[in-house]
Amino acid sequence: MLRYVFRRLLTAIPTLFLIITISFFLMHIAPGGPFNMERGIPPEIKANIERVFHLDEPVWMQYFRYLGNLAHGDLGPSYILINFSVAELFAQSLPVSIRIGSWAMLLSLVVGSAMGVLAALRHNKFIDFFIVTLATGGSTLPTFVTAPLIQLIFGLTLHWIWIGGWHDGELSAAIGPIVTLALPQLATVARLMRGSMIEALNGHHIRTARAMGLSDFSVVVKHAMRGALLPIVSYAGPAAAGLVTGSIIVETIFQIPGVGRAFIDGALNRDYTLVMGTVILIAIFTILFNFLSDLLYALVDPRVRYD
Amino acid sequence: MTNLKSLLAGAAVFALMTSAAFAAGTWNRGANGDVQSLDPHKTSTIEEGNITGDLFTGLVAVDSSGNTIPGAAESWTVSADGKVYTFKMRKDGMWSDGTPVTAKDFVFSIRRVVDPATASEYASMAFPILNAEQANGGKAKLEDVGAKAIDDLTLEITLKGPTPYFLEMLTHQAMYGVSEANVKKFGNDFVKAGNLVSNGAFMLAENIPGDHIKLVKNPKFFDAANVALDTVNYIPTEDRAAGIKRFQAGEVDSMNDMPTEQLADLKAKFGDQIHLTPELGTYYYVFKDKKAPWNNVKLRNAISMVIDRDQLASKTWQNSMIPAYSMVPPGVKGYTPSMMSYSTMPQLDREDAAKKIFDELGISPAKPQKLEIRYNTSENHKNTAVAIQEMLKPWGFDVSLINTDGKTHYSYLEQHGDFDVARAGWIADFKDPVTFLNLAHTGDGNNYAEYSNKDYDALLDKAAVEADPAARMKLLQEAEVIFMRDIPLLPLLYYGNHNVVSSKLHGFVDNVMDKHPSRFVSKD
Repeated sequence: MLRYVFRRLLTAIPTLFLIITISFFLMHIAPGGPFNMERGIPPEIKANIERVFHLDEPVWMQYFRYLGNLAHGDLGPSYILINFSVAELFAQSLPVSIRIGSWAMLLSLVVGSAMGVLAALRHNKFIDFFIVTLATGGSTLPTFVTAPLIQLIFGLTLHWIWIGGWHDGELSAAIGPIVTLALPQLATVARLMRGSMIEALNGHHIRTARAMGLSDFSVVVKHAMRGALLPIVSYAGPAAAGLVTGSIIVETIFQIPGVGRAFIDGALNRDYTLVMGTVILIAIFTILFNFLSDLLYALVDPRVRYD
Repeated sequence: MTNLKSLLAGAAVFALMTSAAFAAGTWNRGANGDVQSLDPHKTSTIEEGNITGDLFTGLVAVDSSGNTIPGAAESWTVSADGKVYTFKMRKDGMWSDGTPVTAKDFVFSIRRVVDPATASEYASMAFPILNAEQANGGKAKLEDVGAKAIDDLTLEITLKGPTPYFLEMLTHQAMYGVSEANVKKFGNDFVKAGNLVSNGAFMLAENIPGDHIKLVKNPKFFDAANVALDTVNYIPTEDRAAGIKRFQAGEVDSMNDMPTEQLADLKAKFGDQIHLTPELGTYYYVFKDKKAPWNNVKLRNAISMVIDRDQLASKTWQNSMIPAYSMVPPGVKGYTPSMMSYSTMPQLDREDAAKKIFDELGISPAKPQKLEIRYNTSENHKNTAVAIQEMLKPWGFDVSLINTDGKTHYSYLEQHGDFDVARAGWIADFKDPVTFLNLAHTGDGNNYAEYSNKDYDALLDKAAVEADPAARMKLLQEAEVIFMRDIPLLPLLYYGNHNVVSSKLHGFVDNVMDKHPSRFVSKD
């Protein structure tokens, strides 16, 4: 097991390196730079700015400079939000995204799984149809529709929540983005859980367990659910990585200062260092969560072993 | 049950917070986007201008109507040749840490903004000053820049030539003073909340990118007695639809943009809280003057004639923009814009005149002329291009549209890429016609048309050294006549200010520069 963990962590390094290299050069291929503005600046002034940020050097030199700084843990200054370094921006925006993302994930896993199990237990009954309809609706409604609806109903009409802004993470400011983010995930989890639960409930081991006279609770939770969780575990890994690194739509509509917004602003403004930092962040989270879900696999399913 | 509980708890917390945040004396000011920096010498956008304008006071300042008034300097004199400005600093001028604002701080600041190491985008604001441009290009020493502290309270600025709009330029944030001691103590980090010392009506309390910038009243400000607000929160409301909901709920008291596609509804809902007024800015298309057939002045004018600007303004822009027939928008004191010759002709007559030119050039639906319009990403730019595509089609133009993101678009134009027609816009940095007219001067970095006309350049150059304001304005008007005859840049619309302002706010005065210093505003 330990050897497996070690091997996985070791393979993450070349993967990360490859991602960094490809995105670095892809980004520099995009036309324009951080200092092309709507209003042109005199060439001498532009030359000054580019010199200060080393943008006058050949791209390969900038690449090695970036790698060198990265090796020292320095993500560089933001070219656009020049009062801040990329690390400072993350220190401020990552906790926001993680907080919203992890609550959304938790909500969708708990509520989604419960809905899925309930639907499977009442297979082809009214409650099953009801949950399936709800889940289909939830996964087809895009967040740019649900977010304004939530703002309109709970913010503008009922005055229960802030319509926008982070307000130091008050519940009344965070709940809107959390629910918006959770809804489509919740729907997917519910559908996955329902499918695998129906399959599990028809398994031989369940029939055996029932024949042995085990209680319904024991049959469902201990025997059926354990196996049915596998698809959820493999889904949750990448989904969690996506959630905690921020959602551009939700963060923009609710005006939340998270990582997703930093990423898109960075890309549009050719803020090279900010985009690179975000790419690295997302890559690390994706690798990490995939790794965690693989480990969880072994815990949930005794047939899976890592030697 | 827990859900209900947490919702109720949320509502309670919300009620508590609102009572604090919605208090009188706090202006929650919706801002159209994030700021890149609060270092006045490193900023460029309108939003940064608004915030740094609250934090700092330049030698001169602007009042609630955007007019120039004394700022850190209480008075000034100008030499007979218009080249030497002598500023008398206020005796009671203080930085927010209680140290005096001196002429030396301003000398330091002017040198700092032109210093190549500062890499200021707007260093060009200081270029009328003697040797400033050379110093910025590394060809002169910073000590040789024409700014001198005669004593603590007397500042002498020497220009390279008379510049009648120099005082207007001083209202730009690039010309603000920063505290020398503060910058030397913290280096580039001097702009961080907790470090920054400023001499404006407000001080920096918090700066959280993407969330808010909080300013609090500066008790050391020379006119603090007349500042009504205690707090100003700048809140980015880039998603304008969400912003309008926040305005309606009272979370923000004003926004400087709105979803103009909903203008009719917004007007019905908010009445005179919707402020639509002309702005000193022009939305235009650029013809590539180096490329046939777009180098043909007749053809350019014929195209201009068949573009129905009234329809663009009313249908495409919902009357949030104004039809434009001159490059310089109305609103500069002492200047009457020179209009295109057909500006007063009815649209149908213009089309008849254009038809003759198209016939002469052999352009007809049977023999169409290809035309490519490039524009940067925005729903409004797209709609404008599509409308123009439709307007040109019946006359024999096969119009194709190319959309790229802003950075790609402008780098393409700057590097003189190959194009037929491209979209651009210009908003005045200071209230003077030259800021627009320079766009067609030979060699100007923003002359995307690559237009070059000796007579035009000569008029602008002559105006640049003319000390008599009336004679100077006349020269500029003559230059604009040439501009509007040749239309290398084709003005389509004048920008409008789109402010949504709560009726609780007082002292918010509409003006062409869209400047609204918070020090003149109060709230019920």
